[in-house]
Amino acid sequence: MIQVEHLSKSFQIRKRQAGLKSSLRSFFVGKSENIQALDDLSFTIETGEIVGMIGPNGAGKSTTIKILSGILVPDSGTCTVLQYCPWKSRKEYVKKIGVVLGQRSQLFWDVPVEDTYGLLKDLYDLSPHEYLDSLQELIQMLSLKELLPVPVRQLSLGQRMRCEIAAALLHRPQILFLDEPTIGLDAISKTAVRRFIRELNQRRSTTVILTTHDMKDIESLSTRILLVGKGKLLLDGSLEELRHRFGHIKEVSFRTAEPIILPKGAKILEQTEYRTRLRLDLKSCSLNQLLLQLSQNGGIEDLAVEENSIEEIVAQLYQQYNII
Amino acid sequence: MKLYWHYVMLHLKSLWQYKTSTLLLLLGQFLVAFNLFLGMWFLFQRFHQVADFILEEVVLCFSIVLLQFSLAEMFGRGFDSFPILINKGELDRMMVRPKSLMLQVLGAKFEISRIGRILQALITFLAVYQTIPWDWGFLEYLTLFFMLVGGSAVFMGMFILYASFCFFTIEGLEFFNIFTDGAREFGSYPLAIYGRRILQFTTVVIPYALTQYYPLLLLTHKTDQKWFALLPLVAMLFLVPCIAFWCFGVHHYRSSGS
Repeated sequence: MIQVEHLSKSFQIRKRQAGLKSSLRSFFVGKSENIQALDDLSFTIETGEIVGMIGPNGAGKSTTIKILSGILVPDSGTCTVLQYCPWKSRKEYVKKIGVVLGQRSQLFWDVPVEDTYGLLKDLYDLSPHEYLDSLQELIQMLSLKELLPVPVRQLSLGQRMRCEIAAALLHRPQILFLDEPTIGLDAISKTAVRRFIRELNQRRSTTVILTTHDMKDIESLSTRILLVGKGKLLLDGSLEELRHRFGHIKEVSFRTAEPIILPKGAKILEQTEYRTRLRLDLKSCSLNQLLLQLSQNGGIEDLAVEENSIEEIVAQLYQQYNII
Repeated sequence: MKLYWHYVMLHLKSLWQYKTSTLLLLLGQFLVAFNLFLGMWFLFQRFHQVADFILEEVVLCFSIVLLQFSLAEMFGRGFDSFPILINKGELDRMMVRPKSLMLQVLGAKFEISRIGRILQALITFLAVYQTIPWDWGFLEYLTLFFMLVGGSAVFMGMFILYASFCFFTIEGLEFFNIFTDGAREFGSYPLAIYGRRILQFTTVVIPYALTQYYPLLLLTHKTDQKWFALLPLVAMLFLVPCIAFWCFGVHHYRSSGS
């Protein structure tokens, strides 16, 4: 459904120091720097998948979304989405996709939400029948009924995001791109958004591609993760695979009566006088070994072993690939 | 077209939320334009003609140019405030919608407050219309209509040109106002009074004179060249390079990002 091959894209950024003098100078002798936003990126996505793109800021996630939705043209590489080339046949192509840019609203600020929807109906040439059908479904799925007659400026961020997502789906796209859909939302709104995305995916088997910094989004939504860093695809796999790969790492925290000597393979994360939190690599030191050493050292007063959380896995990945 | 009206209705609805503010804006625009007119009036208290144009002729010119400009600005405000659209990422949003970008930019802004100016221009025009010493027939009215259409188109072309430059840089574009707001001020007087060079420039490069000076000669019976009536329509050709440059700008944006 989505085929991306060897996508590369670089931006020119004009560099200059702060201050009037240097800003004047840069007017005449512009020093520009090339930033490689995407570097030979390739992947394929099948119909009905939910794919989560993660990576630190500036990794190229948004650029990828922009290229896939036809806003930007890459320097090189090919990209086929639903048999279209996104940046060549823009008008036909964008009828088939929906795009939500989390930080940018497409709703008219001062008028009720349904007025913007009315405009979208015309923008996408929907028949009254199609429009009402689709709207009814979205109202029910996102519980929008009370929100429709309210001017957008009076909605909370969570309510607005629900309306925003509905706006991107009125024309029933086959693919939905979400750029940070949960940014700034509270826990309840986040859950609502996630539940909706899952439901949408099951009902209409809409393919969903989202970028996020919230690992809970990934945990509750994606069957597949693309880790992007410095414009490169670093990892492409399921959450399970990721867990498995890093499953040999546990977090252990304990309290002892006496100071202790640590075995190899343990890395201290946090240490106060008697309380220690460490990361243990089971490959070089088993739990058994650690416990043995601890009890020899002095009595254990308290002990907790935890699975490495997905957040930490990702943080480790960033570190491992040296992309922060 | 239907879509465009839909946009306009939405803007009107938004404005209706702030009734007082909108009314004050209208009034403000009205007064600003009135200022210009007063300046002209005082000038003519001292001098009875500028080059060979008498007060009535200049006021006629003033009101028509003001009308041209305000119409263009009312509808084409989206292009005039294009840097904001780019900065706010509105342009990206427009690109993921299946309609032409130009239409969406036009729809992005609708400046109702310009109605204040349009009103001012209309009142001035009607006032001077009462006193004109020339007989106007079908040809003159048609010329007038062409002037409005052609003139708005040229101003619109300038707005589009301005917007297209925004794709490349958003610094130092203020100079552009010389050719838009500036042209409105200069254009309050028949362009011939500024000398031959200016007239040539505004005939060939940016065809303001085609929508103002030449047809005005016809309106004031200073010439009997009937074909001058068609010049404003010729001036509309100015839109062609402007739109071409716009397309080039869009292309550049898509390959270089914001």
